[in-house]
Amino acid sequence: MELWYTEKHTENAEFSIKVKKQLVSKKSEFQRIDIFESYDFGKVLVIDGYLMLTEKDEFIYHEMITHVPMAVNPEIKDVLVVGAGDGGTVRELTRYETIENIDMVEIDRLVVDLCREYIPQTSSKLDDDRVNIYYEDGLKFVREKENKYDLIIVDSTDPFGPGEDLFTKEFYGNCYKALKENGILVNQHESPYYPNDAVAMQRAHSKIKSIFPVALVYQAHIPTYPSGHWLFGFASKGLDPIADLKEEEWNSLGLKTKYYNTDLHKGCFAIPNYVKELLKNA
Amino acid sequence: MDQNRAPLYEALEKHRLDRVVHFDVPGHKGGRGNKELTQFLGERCLKVDVNSMKSLDNLNHPVSVIKEAQDLAAEAFGAKSCFFMVNGTTSAVQAMIMTACKAGDKIIMPRNVHRSAINALVICGAIPVYVNPGINKRLGIALGMSIADIEKAVRENPDAKAILVNNPTYYGICSDLKRIVEIAHKHNMLVLVDEAHGTHFYFGENLPISAMKAGADMAAVSVHKTGGSLTQSSILLCGENVNSDYVRQIISLTQTTSASYLLLASLDLARKNLSLNGIEIFRKTVELTEYARSEINKLGGYYAFSTEIIDNDAIYDFDITKLSINTRDIGLAGIEVYDILREEYGIQVEFGDLGNILAIVSAGDRAMEIERLVSALYEIKRIYSKDPTGMYVHNYIEPEVVYTPQEAFYSRKKALPIKESQEMISGEFVMAYPPGIPILAPGERITEEIVNYIHYAKEKGILLMGTEDMNVDNINVVEGE
Repeated sequence: MELWYTEKHTENAEFSIKVKKQLVSKKSEFQRIDIFESYDFGKVLVIDGYLMLTEKDEFIYHEMITHVPMAVNPEIKDVLVVGAGDGGTVRELTRYETIENIDMVEIDRLVVDLCREYIPQTSSKLDDDRVNIYYEDGLKFVREKENKYDLIIVDSTDPFGPGEDLFTKEFYGNCYKALKENGILVNQHESPYYPNDAVAMQRAHSKIKSIFPVALVYQAHIPTYPSGHWLFGFASKGLDPIADLKEEEWNSLGLKTKYYNTDLHKGCFAIPNYVKELLKNA
Repeated sequence: MDQNRAPLYEALEKHRLDRVVHFDVPGHKGGRGNKELTQFLGERCLKVDVNSMKSLDNLNHPVSVIKEAQDLAAEAFGAKSCFFMVNGTTSAVQAMIMTACKAGDKIIMPRNVHRSAINALVICGAIPVYVNPGINKRLGIALGMSIADIEKAVRENPDAKAILVNNPTYYGICSDLKRIVEIAHKHNMLVLVDEAHGTHFYFGENLPISAMKAGADMAAVSVHKTGGSLTQSSILLCGENVNSDYVRQIISLTQTTSASYLLLASLDLARKNLSLNGIEIFRKTVELTEYARSEINKLGGYYAFSTEIIDNDAIYDFDITKLSINTRDIGLAGIEVYDILREEYGIQVEFGDLGNILAIVSAGDRAMEIERLVSALYEIKRIYSKDPTGMYVHNYIEPEVVYTPQEAFYSRKKALPIKESQEMISGEFVMAYPPGIPILAPGERITEEIVNYIHYAKEKGILLMGTEDMNVDNINVVEGE
């Protein structure tokens, strides 16, 4: 007998991982959460049937969503993380001793609880003294903040279900307001490849572009995400991700990373023509 | 009666399962004849889009399942009898007026009624005696009717046949219905209530009194608005003083003989749901609305009003499920906020007038939608707000009635540019839609204030309609003036 987890990337394309055993399956007020033990990818977190992370390749996503903004502004002290219940983003941030405060807003407490229990690889730093976890809607949280954060990271699920409001213009606008003068917004920006993901990507970009003076995207290769080609958004009130890169300063920190480095930083903003086209028409 | 039953829905389900061969209309034959439509709406839907037949009763002469469904609804709403309506609450309002009045009969009504009421006067020739509604200057909205004004109208027109009350208004304002019923009944007048926005009064807790409970004789209730049935479905409720067989005849004068079973079944199931779960449904609605109201009032610049505006007269009560938001202090007309919400944030609210927007909140909403609305309003204030001086916020102008609506509508008319029509008598309607309350009705004098209002409303982007001229640049005025 074989047990497989399959995610539909489109109606006609699937991605499957052979599963050793199912560790847990629970339904929260918001969504269904499953965690599998797999042969090739370690533990796999799945929400409402969609793959969120695997232990094998989560480092790519979590390094790219954190070190890119941190290398542009090493002065970042106050960070808001929206979503990110698995803890991977917070884990990377806590490696910076200069960060003083990390507020994490996750709507679904059960995601955090299950990741703490089953996936310590990502959740291990959620108990860091600098981390404050708020279990509420990200939009509600951010709309009550003004001129407070140096960095906001939107580590959300997809633009449907409980994370839907994190892809709206009112959310990005309220993030702008919650950021300080040198503030940076980095967000999970979907994929340009399959048409449905690409539409979500375009919509997010056009909304962010209408609010932030600097709005760019950068890419990473994440093998277990649909098409493997994934984008992040970098938006700011003025800082440019390449011109303002503090290369030496970041390298002097001596952080050991598996995917990110400052050469890759400069390269990841170079994007394929078809993606440029999509962004231009967004 | 057993409110768990839904006789009309049950009969339709049985009909579907019986796999009847159809050599009757509709010609799409369960959807097979129109594949694209079937794909769009779903086969289930097309299979029950049927015509009346013995096993499914007939809306114009109900004796079996439609009658049972209407009786259940009458019980649920506390009425003596009930009619399912398939041409909107418009048809229910018209049936009320045409039941109460013949040509030449007087009917007392507030001027801020929905166009459907004045339309009925054009059709049946009844004569309106307008009671000017109270006005809230701060909000720029018309209110309910004050008791003193009604008493005066009744004293001056003891021969009037009925009083029509608009309760609640679109904005949630209620009049003192019980007192109005007392006055009317003392003078042998019927009380007709346009209760289009008040379905929930019959099922929720701690809401304003419903028309039937207050002793009104007839009420037109848009179940589709806040009760969960399909758009265009509505009910007409009758009390003890009304001959319901006569009402049925009146309805049949203008009602289709091919009533949609989709609409009828939706009324049946909505009634069942409201009867069984209404308290919880409207508890949740109130909770969401109250939360939204308090958050919006914290933003500053917006005023989401509530029971604090009650004055025990023209605002006798307030419907707290209504989320009406005054936008004057951010320097934007309600219609401008309405447009920005839709175009920039993908949020559709019910309407925007010169000073307010109205958001309909229901148990179908989630906390997330409320957060989106509140956040978008904050953003609009942050990005678009202007100096509010010089804003025109009034949405109601007292009319000068010269002819009855019917006389004016059927008179010899000529078209004039609106800006040159001052002092003429209008032969047609001009209204903003929504809310559909006429700025001008046939037979009313076109004043300078009205001409300016129309110009200003158009400039702000309010959708005007009612005139023969689709662009509302010209207006038909009564000739010989």
